[in-house]
Amino acid sequence: MRFGIVRFPGSNCDEDCFWAAGGVLKKDAVYLWHQDKDLKNSNCIILPGGFSYGDYLRVAAVAKTSPIMQSIMKFAAKGGMVLGICNGFQVLCEAGLLPGAFLKNTNQQFICRDVFVKVININTPFTSRCKGDNILKIPIAHGEGRFYADKNTLNKMYKKSQVILKYCSPEGIVNEDSNPNGSVDNIAGICNLKKNVFGLMPHPERCCEEILGSSDGIFIFNSILDYLRGQK
Amino acid sequence: MRYKVKAYVTLKKGILDIQGTTIEKALNALGFNEVSGMHIGKYMEFSAEGKNKEIVEKRISQMAKKLLANPVIEDFNFTMHQLGDK
Repeated sequence: MRFGIVRFPGSNCDEDCFWAAGGVLKKDAVYLWHQDKDLKNSNCIILPGGFSYGDYLRVAAVAKTSPIMQSIMKFAAKGGMVLGICNGFQVLCEAGLLPGAFLKNTNQQFICRDVFVKVININTPFTSRCKGDNILKIPIAHGEGRFYADKNTLNKMYKKSQVILKYCSPEGIVNEDSNPNGSVDNIAGICNLKKNVFGLMPHPERCCEEILGSSDGIFIFNSILDYLRGQK
Repeated sequence: MRYKVKAYVTLKKGILDIQGTTIEKALNALGFNEVSGMHIGKYMEFSAEGKNKEIVEKRISQMAKKLLANPVIEDFNFTMHQLGDK
């Protein structure tokens, strides 16, 4: 079981993802350089957070033109698992693997703190382990995390159960107060139609161990492992 | 034929332009209270070659769709003139 962690120029959460996959989960983890095409037989691709290509032109605009993204798009089309975290989520939307787009946070600030998210759909390979109260405490760190999709797109997403995570209060209440960045409907994470591509703005790789303040991120990684084991 | 292209990208109408609002408030704070409806966008300039105007315009629209603007949230507008024109 191998995790392939993409490195774009400007990615800065790649090492945390590598640690989560390799150090905490103790699975095989490799880096995938943006200029390469080889996915090195990875079973799950991770697009980490950061500021790929310096956010030049607009956030995540350039990443989709890279050789590695061409390989990842083919991989995803065949059903391969792709996890996009923060900037990685933004890259997936720009590449058309996920719907929607991103805007600057409504309060014009870069927000770096723990938030709570409610898992709306636990029937995905990325959230199957999120049972119980389905509330996860995960940190966010972003300046352009405001997710946007028009009404038509949103309706389709709800119909197909593609809305996966919503910002909420510690008690699980989804409202304006619990929305850190103005995302439409408090949406914090979504998946594609086939549920093999998942994007989320919070950073699960930063909370896989209690010493970091929360280990709720491990639910997402363990869900991925369950799914991959089932694939064998 | 060579053309000089001037393009600008703005957020679609109806999308909260938080930069625009902030800059407008900043201008108001400086005493320029006559300003309203501020939107911040991007300006691009480049040269493009092609057989004729129509082909170049079509190619620019494709560039806009694939990279220069995000069609989910942005509008792309441009003007062009043939280089060598007075």
